[in-house]
Amino acid sequence: MYLVDVVLSGLVLGGIYALIAMGLSLQYGVARIMNLAYGEFTIAAAFGAYVLFSLAGINPILALAVVMPLSFALNWLIYRVLMTPLVRRAPTAGALEVDTILATFGLLFVVQGVLLVIFGGTYFSYSYLAIPVEVIGSTLAANRLLAALIALALGLALYLALTRTRIGTAVRAVAASPASASLVGIDTAAYAAFAFALGGALVAASGVLVSMFLTFNASMGVVFTMKALIVVIMGGVGNILGCLAAGLLLGLAEALGGAFIDTGLTLAINFALFLTVLLIKPTGLFGKAAR
Amino acid sequence: MTARGLVAPLLVVVAAALLAPLPLVIDAYWQSLVINILMYVALATAWALFSGPTRYVSLATVAFFGLGAYTMAFLGETLPWQAVLAASAVLGALVASIVGLSTLRLSGVYFVVFTFGLAELVRQLVTWGEAKFGGTVGRFIFVDITQRDIYWLLLGLCVVIFLAGIWIGRSRLGWALRAIGEDETVARHSGVDATRAKVLVFVVSATFMTVVGAIMAPRWTYIDPTIAFNPIVSFQVLIMALLGGAGRLYGPLLGVIPLVLLFEVLSANFPNYFSILLGLVFLGVVYFVPDGVAGLIGGGRRTTKSAAKSAARRAHPAE
Repeated sequence: MYLVDVVLSGLVLGGIYALIAMGLSLQYGVARIMNLAYGEFTIAAAFGAYVLFSLAGINPILALAVVMPLSFALNWLIYRVLMTPLVRRAPTAGALEVDTILATFGLLFVVQGVLLVIFGGTYFSYSYLAIPVEVIGSTLAANRLLAALIALALGLALYLALTRTRIGTAVRAVAASPASASLVGIDTAAYAAFAFALGGALVAASGVLVSMFLTFNASMGVVFTMKALIVVIMGGVGNILGCLAAGLLLGLAEALGGAFIDTGLTLAINFALFLTVLLIKPTGLFGKAAR
Repeated sequence: MTARGLVAPLLVVVAAALLAPLPLVIDAYWQSLVINILMYVALATAWALFSGPTRYVSLATVAFFGLGAYTMAFLGETLPWQAVLAASAVLGALVASIVGLSTLRLSGVYFVVFTFGLAELVRQLVTWGEAKFGGTVGRFIFVDITQRDIYWLLLGLCVVIFLAGIWIGRSRLGWALRAIGEDETVARHSGVDATRAKVLVFVVSATFMTVVGAIMAPRWTYIDPTIAFNPIVSFQVLIMALLGGAGRLYGPLLGVIPLVLLFEVLSANFPNYFSILLGLVFLGVVYFVPDGVAGLIGGGRRTTKSAAKSAARRAHPAE
């Protein structure tokens, strides 16, 4: 039964990784912004949920309804104010990539610094639904399971919205080719801002969900950025289903590696997986031939 | 080499000779400040050797720096320091070759992501190895090296880095790197062995960084992985090189001095707000000095057109 335990917790972890990465996939795949401050926004949302829960007694599921729109608005603003000048001045896609990496680095330190000033360097957690539930003969914490289920539901909703609605089609057109999209009358700048903001809302959702079962502190953002990047690149940039598959794979690899090799080597296992995928298939598991 | 070609190397040697007596006349505080400046000059210039012309943004600086520091911590008491420095250089070159060969096929964001995590990976491996086989994670360093020795070693290393940079910039290798930075596909089609050029210079750059770590380690007397692999070092090196201008050999130097002084003032006066201020400085550099101070002096943003022209000139040098 031990193997079932490990696989199950790996899948639950993987579902959450997938959600964490979906926001980044939208921001990078559609808006072409490589947001390295990504993990800091995850942590900021986790702190938001913590404050709402411990001061106002609002449960994290309701907190999603507060934190997600807030983050949407904030990220829209960030795109309009900080990223638009970089988009305008960049002569090529490669130059924009480098510029946004550098700019979001600055943002990373600002957000992390603000969190450090407010909350200090200590670890935070709160207890919500920390009761064991039994799933096919193995026990899991209810909060973990709930977080993974919400993550899957959000991922599915996003996938359907992108493939079945008119706005989603436009977003995918901008992702595929901004130049051709504007030829058919799509306001690419507006959609890029929208995708960046939507990605930001998903970041916030993943932060809230993570806060339900994880102990976190102000300087942990980089870990989330790393994992999100690994998942996005492994899954193929801009591919939501690829994100899901890669997220689950990463969660599984981590759980199995932790159980059977050594918990001190999870990052090494992540990296080994990342490199192996890239060496075999440079555009990711579900990536197109060339971008 | 013509007489004109000797001007730059001579300048480097003369500047170093003038700076050499400095620690004899200043007190301990100023010594530690100039050591800091020299350390970042060495790291940022070494960073720019590779990242400047190729435009590959590497965040792995502290991975190599930390490796060097750990080499000193491991071997410092058993071997003379000259041997330790040599060992750190060999180790740095070895690790950089492995990393380079396996990742330099990646470009753009893939490369950034990999190097971003590399320092964390090395840190985790060292922590794991120390806990598993050493019993404790931290280490004391007792080596008979004074602040002055560290200063002179760093100064000597800086001279070597600048001479190497001058040589690479003038060689076919430097030309190949700039061609890769302009457009890797075009460079490959023009017969540039891009992988070889990239790996070679990546190894040279990383070896210098490793030696800097080995030289600096005795200053701490105690190190653990969080000290030796502190990611802030990579970020500071990056921003210093950018502020100065990574496109020219002397560029990083122009960024290092103001920023080391600024960070010194900031961390002394606003320790709690350091991270925010670092971020704001970073944003300021990206938005307002995109080409670095050297770019401002050199006149205007280096456009693709003018770079292509200068590349064409270099392809047919009028000798």
